[in-house]
Amino acid sequence: EDVSAKFVSQKISRTRWRPLPAAALQPPDIFATGSWDNEDNRISIWSAGDLGNAGLNGEYHGEPHLLCDIQHNGDVMDMQFLDQERIVVASSTGTVTIFRHHQNNQTLSANHRWEKAHYHVDQDTSCGGAACTGVVCNNPEIVTVGEDGRINLFRADQKDAVRTIDNADSSTLHAVTFLRTTEILTVNSIGQLKIWDFRQQRNEPSQIFSLAGDRVPLHCVDRHPNQQHIVATGGQDGMLSIWDIRQGTMPVSLLNAHEAEMWEVHFHPSDPDHLFTCSEDGSLWHWDTSTNVSEKPSFLHQGGRSTAYLSHSTINQSVVSAWLSNDPTKDRMEITNLIPNQTLSVNSLDVLGPCLVYGTDAEAIYVNRQLFA
Amino acid sequence: MDEPDTEPPLVVVPGADSSSRQLCFAWGPAEVLVCETLFGRAGGSRSRCLSRSPCPFRFWGKGRAGAAARALTDSVAGTEDGAPTSSRVFVVRRDQDIYIQTLRKLFNESHGIFMGLQRSEEELAGKSRKAQLVQVSKNYRSVIRACMEDMHQAAVSTRDPALQAQYSTQVSILSAMELIWNLCEILFVEAATAGPLLLRLLDWVRLHVCDVDSMVREVLSSESPSKHKLFWNVVDIFVLQGRMDEARHLLSKEASANPTSVNMYKILDDLMKKMPVPSLSNTQTLTELELKWQHWHEECQRYLQDGTFASNPHMESICKILLGDEDAILEKKELMTTWYHFLVTRLLYSHPTVKPMELRFYAQSSMDLFLGGESSPEPLDLILMAAFEFEMHQVIKECSIVLSNWWFVAHLTDLLDHCKLLQSHNLYFGSNMREFLLLEYASGLFSHHSLWQLGVDYFDHCPEYGRVYLELHIERIPLSTEQKALKVLRICEQRQMHEQVRSICKIMAMKALRNNRLGSALSWSIRAKDAAFATLISDRFLKDYCERGCFSDLDLIDNLGPSMLLSDRLTFLGKYREFHRLYGEKRFPEAARLLLTLMTAHIAPCSFWMTLLTDALPLLEQKEVIFSAEQTYELMRCLEDLTAGNSDKQKFQDDDIETTKVEMLRLALARNLARVIIKEGTVEGS
Repeated sequence: EDVSAKFVSQKISRTRWRPLPAAALQPPDIFATGSWDNEDNRISIWSAGDLGNAGLNGEYHGEPHLLCDIQHNGDVMDMQFLDQERIVVASSTGTVTIFRHHQNNQTLSANHRWEKAHYHVDQDTSCGGAACTGVVCNNPEIVTVGEDGRINLFRADQKDAVRTIDNADSSTLHAVTFLRTTEILTVNSIGQLKIWDFRQQRNEPSQIFSLAGDRVPLHCVDRHPNQQHIVATGGQDGMLSIWDIRQGTMPVSLLNAHEAEMWEVHFHPSDPDHLFTCSEDGSLWHWDTSTNVSEKPSFLHQGGRSTAYLSHSTINQSVVSAWLSNDPTKDRMEITNLIPNQTLSVNSLDVLGPCLVYGTDAEAIYVNRQLFA
Repeated sequence: MDEPDTEPPLVVVPGADSSSRQLCFAWGPAEVLVCETLFGRAGGSRSRCLSRSPCPFRFWGKGRAGAAARALTDSVAGTEDGAPTSSRVFVVRRDQDIYIQTLRKLFNESHGIFMGLQRSEEELAGKSRKAQLVQVSKNYRSVIRACMEDMHQAAVSTRDPALQAQYSTQVSILSAMELIWNLCEILFVEAATAGPLLLRLLDWVRLHVCDVDSMVREVLSSESPSKHKLFWNVVDIFVLQGRMDEARHLLSKEASANPTSVNMYKILDDLMKKMPVPSLSNTQTLTELELKWQHWHEECQRYLQDGTFASNPHMESICKILLGDEDAILEKKELMTTWYHFLVTRLLYSHPTVKPMELRFYAQSSMDLFLGGESSPEPLDLILMAAFEFEMHQVIKECSIVLSNWWFVAHLTDLLDHCKLLQSHNLYFGSNMREFLLLEYASGLFSHHSLWQLGVDYFDHCPEYGRVYLELHIERIPLSTEQKALKVLRICEQRQMHEQVRSICKIMAMKALRNNRLGSALSWSIRAKDAAFATLISDRFLKDYCERGCFSDLDLIDNLGPSMLLSDRLTFLGKYREFHRLYGEKRFPEAARLLLTLMTAHIAPCSFWMTLLTDALPLLEQKEVIFSAEQTYELMRCLEDLTAGNSDKQKFQDDDIETTKVEMLRLALARNLARVIIKEGTVEGS
């Protein structure tokens, strides 16, 4: 198998590849993980290791190995690399911390901390912290959202928040991502997708989209890396929704996916015809719109994996994007479950280049280095 | 197993002064709270802080051999100044092993295997099913071995001697578990028959007596191996383990170094080469083998008797071993180290076609011969003996007592149960043994801060009590974040545990309410379909509105959808907000109609009618006539109903304001009525 696994004795809530330097040709190697629901939670930095190559000490590096780790107060709710060295971590205590990874001596240290960036009722009381559920970075800007319905805008080099929108949402905000440099997208627990524009002084969203009907909570959101109007969200019922934020207030298409909460959705950063989702039901799906089934041999038909074709119903679109297209003949999406027999939740995934890393509640991290091989 | 064990072991709670004070305790599902009381001890008797547990299969401390009292003072609450106050509470947990970091790999990885085994449910029959079960068993063992290696690594790399001792203990426990499991796999799961049985047992011995390899390396790396002082030891070990090719290879070195006795070597080499062994394939029958073996045996006998090896005591003893001479084999006791090695060697050279059911006799006599009355058997010996006697229940019972965790017995019993070996046995308490052990194991997992998720699946596969256990345990999971609550909720919803779903949502709704997050609170109560709570929260919204004159959390209230119908009050909240929206959009007739319906259809609570009527004032004062005559009469009736009902109670307070309001309303209604009569009259007249 081209997937290597490691049991790490802690439930993993987030996995993130370290971004590659601009001119890098090698595949990614370093990734970070955060744990949750342990008495002692940790941020860890791992090396995925070379396939079949012996390391400096002569040891075999087939599986990920730990470079360094540091204790973290509270569950790691979300995590994102700010740059090559710094990671921003959101905690269930409401604190947002920037950790620095010193690569020369392989240590981690807390670089900056915003105590109780998210809080209930009163920031100064001892127990008033509210979980910070999502963080997104666009160096040097950091946006965080939380269970308190608050949105914070920080700058990595400034002590206080640049902007805070109190009570931005009456329900819990589950995730956040940048739409453009000054605009962000948030999803909440009543099935709404909101756009916020930091140029506006009003503390109101500039646009609200929502699921019709049952107000199913949305847990994750990601934006198409090249076509910024295409947004994907994942919901509590495991449904994948594709939105075109230029028009309408409802999703362009709803795709039946997982059987339980979809925890993360990610477009492939450089090959956005591919999308990856993971879920509480223990599955991780690869959505592929790039293959025209008839002409291109599928590289994902591998032993024992279930592959399904799904045609999705869409509302009329003029844009040439596989995600929004509605031509029933072309409109074929190849979906592959990358984990056949997993039972516990896959909490997080990250894709970069040909590499996928994911972490589970079964206390294991998995690295797949040949996603498209 | 059917009678209670004699004495429960004592558990000393470190830090609790049981000699001078009486202790009190309270039971929990997985832990006991102990604290000192203010009362001194009456007599001078020895302290016994815990009574025996109610069911005979629970062993507090579980420590007869190896691990001693295993209570764990996990956390000390209360004052920590060390003063002898009675305000300290000790949490005593069993299953301390659950808290060892490295073992978490074992728990997690074996969980996957366990689930695979439950899924595999008997779709295959006969041979392939057995092969599948053997594979499962091997997978379990490889997980144990992997864990053992990690633990060994940890023991080597740590500098703390206490930790090192702990790791080393765990390594030996794990290796004992693997040894027992492997034997059970051969005897029970695979149920090897005469012939292959011996080969399996040989593999078993070879796998678990591993010091030989380092000795071989030492001998082979020396300048002239045959002169090494351990040379004959290594040859003997190879012979004792039936590794003939390796033994011959070594002997050939000696032969080349010793040309005088080359003939003798040739004969021995030939004997060893010709030794018939059972084959795994079905090409030869047992009778064939026995015949060949008899023939070979006689040949060995002949060489021994005519003194071929008389000049070399080493070779002579090897020849005696080949003949299955017990004394000759016993002489090599040091090299075999254990009685079960002796047993297998003995079988190899005297009863190669031993049948499974005959094992018990050889096992017993081998143990007696080997120990020779010098030492008494240890728990591990007793377990292996029970296995050789095919006393599966005894194996499980002994393991439960000796081993420090439930992991082993739970998984082994489950596997044996899938082999359909345990069905006849029912305990006099609870359900069957498999279920009992799984329940114990899973309860242990649930007592752990983060392993509880694994426990769920184990409970799922306990048909009788699993559900009840799960219900009791799941309610005790602390819900620190919404995300965790969602995960717990998903577990409950998948299993239709409505009671627990309601309780979790209620807890979360209460939390949100306390944090003044009305929107979140409402979401949670809608999810639980908890009408009463939804009413409570709607009232809070309405109260806030009355106080502040505007709605909070509009994004939620405007977006209620069908969930609005959950409770009357929520419906009212939604509709009332709709009225405000219509009013804001200047759709006055629709707003007026809605407002009236809210009162006449009794959707609005009576306490709110005055507010609604006040809201009607600006509509009555509009330039255009909005309320029709009929609607105005209805409004008037509402007002009269309200004032009539309130006349007794509310007279004393807010008297002036209230009367003014009512007066203003009456005036406005009268004027509106006048206008509408004129208007309607005009319209009809024209």
